[in-house]
Amino acid sequence: MSVLDRRFAALSDPTRRAILERLGQGAATVQDLRDIAPISQPALSHHLKVLEAADLIETSIVAQTRPRRLRPDALDEMNAWLARLQTIMEGNYQRLDALLADMPDTPDPKE
Amino acid sequence: MPDPAQVARDTDRSVLVTRHFDAPPAKVWQAFTDPALLTRWLLGPPGWEMHVCEMDVRTGGSYRWRWRNAETGEEFGFTGQYTLVVEGKRTEDTQTFDQGNHSQPMGDPTTNIVTFEGTQDGTCVTSRMIFAAPEQMEGFLAQGATDGMEMSYARLDALFADEA
Repeated sequence: MSVLDRRFAALSDPTRRAILERLGQGAATVQDLRDIAPISQPALSHHLKVLEAADLIETSIVAQTRPRRLRPDALDEMNAWLARLQTIMEGNYQRLDALLADMPDTPDPKE
Repeated sequence: MPDPAQVARDTDRSVLVTRHFDAPPAKVWQAFTDPALLTRWLLGPPGWEMHVCEMDVRTGGSYRWRWRNAETGEEFGFTGQYTLVVEGKRTEDTQTFDQGNHSQPMGDPTTNIVTFEGTQDGTCVTSRMIFAAPEQMEGFLAQGATDGMEMSYARLDALFADEA
């Protein structure tokens, strides 16, 4: 599987998306992450392994703990696309603003 | 001037776009459903124009949109079927991407739900694009990101050419 395939597979699971959302707010230990979903420790470890294999998160070592954190580039591609979609749509909508200002008032047919 | 459009991944397979307009719902509805008006604002990326816009806006009706790049002659479009139309308030449709000679196939049809809600001083429009599966949305996002990078690189190229 390519990295992209592994990312798709990793993101298709709601628990893993919840973990990513939590890590989006900052690094967290396995202990911190146990509050996210009512799952066993082995299940949580499995999800973390899948996310790590997909290059979405990484493990750091801080004293006795091993907090997980988002890889900085993990969601960049997708966020870049959303930003581009926003730019294109906002460009369209600003033209629509101008058009609406030019249109004569139409009575609402239901009123 | 209304706040800019908000774009968010609202589930693992859908994208939600929200925008307010300073005009009553009847007017906004008209601008979204009358081809003569829609083609004046729904232009897509710079350099593209909508040259086909056929719409039969009623439950069970269909539509066909195509865009053309004036410079390269490339084309792409969408065809769709309206599964629900509530005049002035809501449209739901199933949309198929026609990649023409421009892009890559996009897989199964997407579902679009557009709502028009009157507010104190205008209309709130929400557009939700729902993919058949999470993998398809991720594929769409990944492909778009690549296109976006190409566009950015093209702008950089132009900038460097100016400086030379």
